Amino acid sequence: MSSLMHQGRATYAFFERNWNLTRRYWGWELVWLVYNIVNAMSVTYIGLSAQLITGVKINTNFFILYLLIGTAVWSYLSVTFDGVTDIINMERWEGTIEYTFMAPISRFTHMIGSCMYAVVHGLLFTILQLLIVGVFFHIDLSHANFVTAIVILLLGSISFIGFGIATAVLPLLYTEKGMQMSFIVRAVILLVSGVYYPVEALPQWMHPIAYASPATYVIEGLRAALMRNQPIWSPEILSYIWPLLLTGIISIPVGIYIFGIAERYAKKTGKLKRNG
Amino acid sequence: MAINVDIQPAVPVVNDDTKDAVVIDSLTKIFKKSRPLLRWHKKNAGQKEEKREVRAVDNVTITIKRREIVGILGSNGSGKSTLIRILSTLLIPDSGHVSIFGYDVVKNDRTVQRLINRVSVEASFFKKLSPMENLIYAARLYNMPGDEARLEIRRILGRLGIKPDRIGAPLENMSRGMQQKVAIARAFLTAPIVLLLDEPTTGLDPRSKNDVQTFVRELRDEHDATILITTHDMDEAEALCDRVAIIDQGRIVALGDALALKRAVTGIMGRSEMVTMHEVFMHYTAAHLITETDIERYGSWEKAFEAFEAQREDDEE
Ligand SMILES: Nc1ncnc2c1ncn2[C@@H]1O[C@H](COP(=O)(O)OP(=O)(O)OP(=O)(O)O)[C@@H](O)[C@H]1O
Ligand SMILES: [Mg+2]
Repeated sequence: MSSLMHQGRATYAFFERNWNLTRRYWGWELVWLVYNIVNAMSVTYIGLSAQLITGVKINTNFFILYLLIGTAVWSYLSVTFDGVTDIINMERWEGTIEYTFMAPISRFTHMIGSCMYAVVHGLLFTILQLLIVGVFFHIDLSHANFVTAIVILLLGSISFIGFGIATAVLPLLYTEKGMQMSFIVRAVILLVSGVYYPVEALPQWMHPIAYASPATYVIEGLRAALMRNQPIWSPEILSYIWPLLLTGIISIPVGIYIFGIAERYAKKTGKLKRNG
Repeated sequence: MAINVDIQPAVPVVNDDTKDAVVIDSLTKIFKKSRPLLRWHKKNAGQKEEKREVRAVDNVTITIKRREIVGILGSNGSGKSTLIRILSTLLIPDSGHVSIFGYDVVKNDRTVQRLINRVSVEASFFKKLSPMENLIYAARLYNMPGDEARLEIRRILGRLGIKPDRIGAPLENMSRGMQQKVAIARAFLTAPIVLLLDEPTTGLDPRSKNDVQTFVRELRDEHDATILITTHDMDEAEALCDRVAIIDQGRIVALGDALALKRAVTGIMGRSEMVTMHEVFMHYTAAHLITETDIERYGSWEKAFEAFEAQREDDEE
């Protein structure tokens, strides 16, 4: 009981700490938001001008929304991913990782605390981005089912976090370049998951990877929810929900397990130390 | 004692006076230098493996009793911090064992973590966060409720001479010494039963050094804490420690209370006046441990010392 209380307090400690960091680095938060908005806009303008580019008449509004969902997932994945990997990176630079690892808490508690913040942060960030980008385009949300969208996003978060935890091994072991490596992992996930195109457009050999990636189901699920008003219980959405549940259940324990192996390796080889 | 890793006791038993606080048994830690990619054939095969290894801690055995303050002295790179890191569960040793109140630092790491805290030379904080934000984070990890922690943080920082208006401002604006005090506060905050101090007072002014020493003594006297401290300040070692261990190239070369060590070295050097702790340090960490035969051969301790130092310089060239 008291142990449960302890783990609860520790979970909150990570949540509070990460919130404090976001607050203290608010300038970067702003820069990051602007960067994501600019990115999202430049992609979405492709949709707006598709008719101009190809000379063929198409349903522009449909295309805009299609791309906009891609940009939103990209941002959301980035922020939740970063919520785990970037913090480890920061802890490595500051040297606080030794103190975090020395504390009497399980790695599960540590990661859950960080991840809960990452999800809340990611959701708020993405919604803000969508609202701002939305001002520049005519978005047709008449066929949107927001409940389904949120459910899909939250379910997807579980897997994103699992992947994020596993990827956090990179900054843990490679202080200088680990973060860049984690960007590559993120980009590859998005490439194979069909952010701005259907997965079918990818070469055949990529398809198995695409179907193994939770982002694929999140993106497809969001499109079904926001463009075709699919309710949660519709067969299509259910066909996205169960793979997400599955990857979610598997990926967090696997992520923590991989992180644990890396932690042990670091403690054996002395990789945690930066100075002193 | 067979304690499963997963079922570690919530409240470890540590109030037994007869119990040894820290038992270090034949502890060894070797670091391997990673070889550079390409050109690994160039060098002659003979001197290879040896040079790529650093024996940071080499077969160290020592038992520290409850309520004891033990100092570790040694040159730069002699393995002090490595030893402290192993005790703090941050490094896994290659061989040997360490137990803290009977709990193995590798197998029962979670239980050990509840009992210890550590101060390192580097303050190690989120520099953009304030002392309060950094410390409240640390306190919660050790299961302290927020309100209680806030009061305690103010009290400890106040005692260490940090002004109240500094407590809420980012740590990056503080001087090195002030940051170090916040680091010391972080360790005291959780009231550890074993406190590992790695050069805690390096960079502090004389008054602050005194404050920290008083605090350390208090933690021992009132809280029955056991303290392991490394320092390069000989006066501090002498003033604070019940026993001093001198470590050289990972090995303990001398162990005893300061007075006993001084007596021994006075005898070896053949002085009429008692030597200083500084001289004790020089003696035990010399390039070559100077024996009485060496002193006879060279005429005096100083001459033998110089001869060996010169020899080492020649070897290094
Ligand atoms: N994480 C590490 N990886 C590789 N080598 C290491 C690591 N930590 C320590 N070493 C090596 O082990 C030896 C002992 O280092 P350690 O930091 O324990 O010395 P120290 O006694 O604390 O020195 P100082 O007085 O300078 O703090 C050194 O040769 C050092 O280079
Ligand atoms: Mg050191």
